Amino acid sequence: MLDGVATTDQRTDGQGGARARVIDINGLSLTFETRDGPVFALSDVNLVVEQGEFVSFIGPSGCGKTTLLRVVADLETGTAGRVLVNGVPPDQARRERQYGYVFQAPALYPWRTVERNVMLPLEIMGFSGEERRERARRNLALVNLAGFERKYPWQLSGGMQQRVSIARALSFDPHLLFMDEPFGALDEIVRDKLNEQLLQLWRHTRKTVLFVTHSIPEAVFLSTRIVVMSPRPGRIIDVIDCNLPAERTLELRETPEFLALAQRVRDGLRAGHSYDD
Amino acid sequence: MTAAALPAPKAAGVAGVAGTALAALAALAGVALLAHRPGIAGSAPLWFWALVVAAWAFTWWANQRMSLLALPAGAAERTRDVAVPLLFGLTCFVLWEVVCVGAGVPLVLMPPPSAILERLVTSVPTLAADFNQTFVRAVIPGWALGSAAGFAVAVVADRVPFLRRGLLPLGNFVSALPIIGIAPIMVMWFGFDWHSKVGVVVVMTFFPMLVNTVAGLGASGHLERDLMRSYAAGSWDMLVKLRLPAALPFIFNGLKINSTLALIGAIVAEFFGTPIVGMGFRISTEVGRLALDMVWAEIVVAAIAGTLFYGAIALVERAATFWHPSYRPARGR
Repeated sequence: MLDGVATTDQRTDGQGGARARVIDINGLSLTFETRDGPVFALSDVNLVVEQGEFVSFIGPSGCGKTTLLRVVADLETGTAGRVLVNGVPPDQARRERQYGYVFQAPALYPWRTVERNVMLPLEIMGFSGEERRERARRNLALVNLAGFERKYPWQLSGGMQQRVSIARALSFDPHLLFMDEPFGALDEIVRDKLNEQLLQLWRHTRKTVLFVTHSIPEAVFLSTRIVVMSPRPGRIIDVIDCNLPAERTLELRETPEFLALAQRVRDGLRAGHSYDD
Repeated sequence: MTAAALPAPKAAGVAGVAGTALAALAALAGVALLAHRPGIAGSAPLWFWALVVAAWAFTWWANQRMSLLALPAGAAERTRDVAVPLLFGLTCFVLWEVVCVGAGVPLVLMPPPSAILERLVTSVPTLAADFNQTFVRAVIPGWALGSAAGFAVAVVADRVPFLRRGLLPLGNFVSALPIIGIAPIMVMWFGFDWHSKVGVVVVMTFFPMLVNTVAGLGASGHLERDLMRSYAAGSWDMLVKLRLPAALPFIFNGLKINSTLALIGAIVAEFFGTPIVGMGFRISTEVGRLALDMVWAEIVVAAIAGTLFYGAIALVERAATFWHPSYRPARGR
């Protein structure tokens, strides 16, 4: 199978030098035992993600891309293979609070104000009251939501709610940001805007981002690398380097380079599907 | 009639609403007073009943008219919102009154509201003692103890899987036990005074609270729980910051169900042995003495107390679960 190491080693991204392996997945398989027999969610997945990368996982529904992210986040456990997050197993990484997770839905608690939602992880992790308020203010400003601290989540639009959940994931400053189709439920205009903001955010913070999506333009626009997956069993069928300039605007999506990359992703998705039709 | 001269409904304000309501009130008061006059009370002639039907039709029309008024928000609307249910309730009571008095219905079968009110006013000390014995000493403590115990056991059962599996079927079984079976046993265990009534109320309120709390603790969503897991939150944080707040609507549901169960339980339990005071005791003995007005007076006290109790819990619920979709205001930015 394609090994992520081979592609990343050859990559030139202008920064040079070997960087730390943040995610190291080796021969990972996951089988769910159901009443109708086993479901092969993931099969022999190998992938290395280095520090500061923005890696997108793309594939049709049910290809296991969310499951893969959940295994790395220790919300699910693989049945075979090995996963290391910064050199430690996922459960240890979770207990060390190494990652922030942004879910498909905002998952904000309706009884808490926006500010106190952002402070939720900080309370659990034992930050002081002053530090909590300061971090909530700073991270809400980062997602352009300054001034909404006292609102309740249900008083905000869907796009704003998802931005609050991003601020919440960033509030305790984790090394890693896992995002599972965070903009899937939003309309295209809001999604474009949030894509631009997310890209700026990533450039600011230099966090390593794993990003699940089923939108080809979104994956090409955001990523430094795109992992194309196929369903039944969930496998990696292509890893595409995305060497677009670091400064990206939405106009980039009209350029031939962008369209060529999108075409390659589309071909990969189609190849993964061919034996199904 | 004056009401016919009122302006068109759309232009009506406070004066229009108040005028209509007062005219209807006057009609009701007229027939109610007339019913008590000698020669009508007990043997009302046909023309009196015709008058009653006319007054009824008039209040019906008045309420209909007020309900359909398109009023601007403000004093006029508030007056209407008070006037319509008030007039409706009064109509029911006046009809009850004139039928009982006019047709001379025996007090044992159905006393008129005026007789009940009279009994209520003259028996305040007795009613207050009964209220104190039953409501203050049995209903409130029993409700609080039973609900608190149900809640506490639910939280413990949530941590101990075999308790959760074992307790809920047992809970269904016990909640199906008839109160008239439990009450004599409680009297044997805890004696005649209020203690045994508290026992009955605790038994009645424990399982509704347990079942509601267990359901509530399971009500938080998958994503919300995954979020807590991603923070490596301990079970205490998980409980206090997610599962209990998410369970609040269920818990308040249990408290409200229990408020009515507690009142029923305490009153019925007094039928099975009690000192010579208490609402249930009074009802059972006064029925024996055919003093139905006293029985009704107790029922009025129980109804008012039960309504206020339920209303108070509902108010607290509204304040505590303001974020729930059934209470929160429409989205506004």
